[in-house]
Amino acid sequence: MSTLHPIPHVPGFTAEELVSKIGFCEQLKGGVIMDVIDPTQARIAEDAGACAVMALERVPADIRKHGGVARSSDPDMIEGIQKAVSIPVMAKVRIGHFVEAQMLESMEVDCIDESEVLTPADEEFQIDKRGFRTPFVCGCRDLGEALRRIHEGAAMIRTKGEAGTGNVVEAVRHMRTLMTGIRSLQGMERTLLERKAVELRVPYELVAWVAEHQKLPVPNFSAGGVATPADAALMMQLGAEAVFVGSGIFKSGDPIKRAKAIVRATTHFNNPKVLVEVSRGLGEAMVGIDIHQMAPQERLAGRGV
Amino acid sequence: MASEPSAPLVGVLALQGDFADHERALQAAGLRTVQVRTAGQLRGLHGLVLPGGESTTMLKLLDVDGLWGPLGDALRSGLPVFATCAGMILLADKVENPSQRSYGLLPITVVRNGYGRQFHSGTFVLHGDALPPGTTGTFIRAPRVAAVGEGCEVLAWRDGDPALVQKGAILAAGFHPELQHGVHPVVARFAGMVREYAGAVGVG
Repeated sequence: MSTLHPIPHVPGFTAEELVSKIGFCEQLKGGVIMDVIDPTQARIAEDAGACAVMALERVPADIRKHGGVARSSDPDMIEGIQKAVSIPVMAKVRIGHFVEAQMLESMEVDCIDESEVLTPADEEFQIDKRGFRTPFVCGCRDLGEALRRIHEGAAMIRTKGEAGTGNVVEAVRHMRTLMTGIRSLQGMERTLLERKAVELRVPYELVAWVAEHQKLPVPNFSAGGVATPADAALMMQLGAEAVFVGSGIFKSGDPIKRAKAIVRATTHFNNPKVLVEVSRGLGEAMVGIDIHQMAPQERLAGRGV
Repeated sequence: MASEPSAPLVGVLALQGDFADHERALQAAGLRTVQVRTAGQLRGLHGLVLPGGESTTMLKLLDVDGLWGPLGDALRSGLPVFATCAGMILLADKVENPSQRSYGLLPITVVRNGYGRQFHSGTFVLHGDALPPGTTGTFIRAPRVAAVGEGCEVLAWRDGDPALVQKGAILAAGFHPELQHGVHPVVARFAGMVREYAGAVGVG
């Protein structure tokens, strides 16, 4: 059978739940999910063709600037965005903060991002996502992080990248590392896969599934530093199935035009002629930060491993 | 099951959404598939699929890519068409919550997200003589069919709501048979329509 047969049995999941949660994430493929901070931005995103929006009080670039503890958003702000658009609305919770997640589920947020962009609430445990009806997306830097999040119940994985930098280099690194990790399992005999499962701290069945199918059992998206249509297309060509854009749109000179361009670039990621067309006259991109100029404590991607 | 090189060819609209799942499902039913992103890719098909995804996103991309007209011509040509969720919304005569443009090829009124947000998504039993007893459908932020006009047959119901409808060569579902295990009876039905069409026009 070659249709969707997602995760090898994971305790706590029913088959129906898997189809419904992962099926939701499947509907976002080939699309762009945009960070928005108010109903006006949400409408702009929807009009530009976003397949979903991420509601948050401050985009990652501003979280970096303002510092302090970044938490889940004000329910009023999220609700305002839910009322403003007909596309799915996602929102972020701190790593390990299952109460923030319970609150978002009770507000019927369509998808919860357990995100390293916010300040972690638990440095040891991530949320047990299997107990929720709402699908979760989580960030990863490599295959081990991806599989641990899936084992905890994530229905979608995204690269962490380095959010709020406008610099795609870390997202590229994480996607390449993940894809290399998947390919390295190909043809591996059972005893080696069992050793790999111990090393990655996940069940053998999950590792064996990835070895056989040569992909993650859930959708694999990209996030963290995408600022241009070419960045989005790059991530898609590297294997991403959809793209999150955080600060890159509303921190740029012409958000409406850039949003439309990134949507089209994500669909036609293999067509350089379209990419040239959409990249003309976009105005200023967000300024961006050189990763090598950042102090280690400024890096967000090391949160939640 | 691998598709034969001589198998009928189905185009799957691949602007955004779960087009890859549709391709897997159709291939499992023995058909060949091709992703459609340009008007040129609409030629030489024996069937056409409008997948699930976000209908607002698809509408924008259909316009900006100059596909609205050519896709409309293909949909009206008598080619077997299968539309799920967002695809069904694109084909409906009338769209509510909110109202938006559509091809109007199916005399139905659909309410977007008619069963609520993702929290209310799930797999439900379908009722209808066209399907084996116990057949289920996965509804994801699904459109609810609020009214069905003349010439449109309801093939399956979710409780009191039409969930699978057909008018001539166009088959449309509010749910996602492409996400379920194996060859779903609805995919099998569409594959039958495609084979019949390909037999009539000749394959290749």
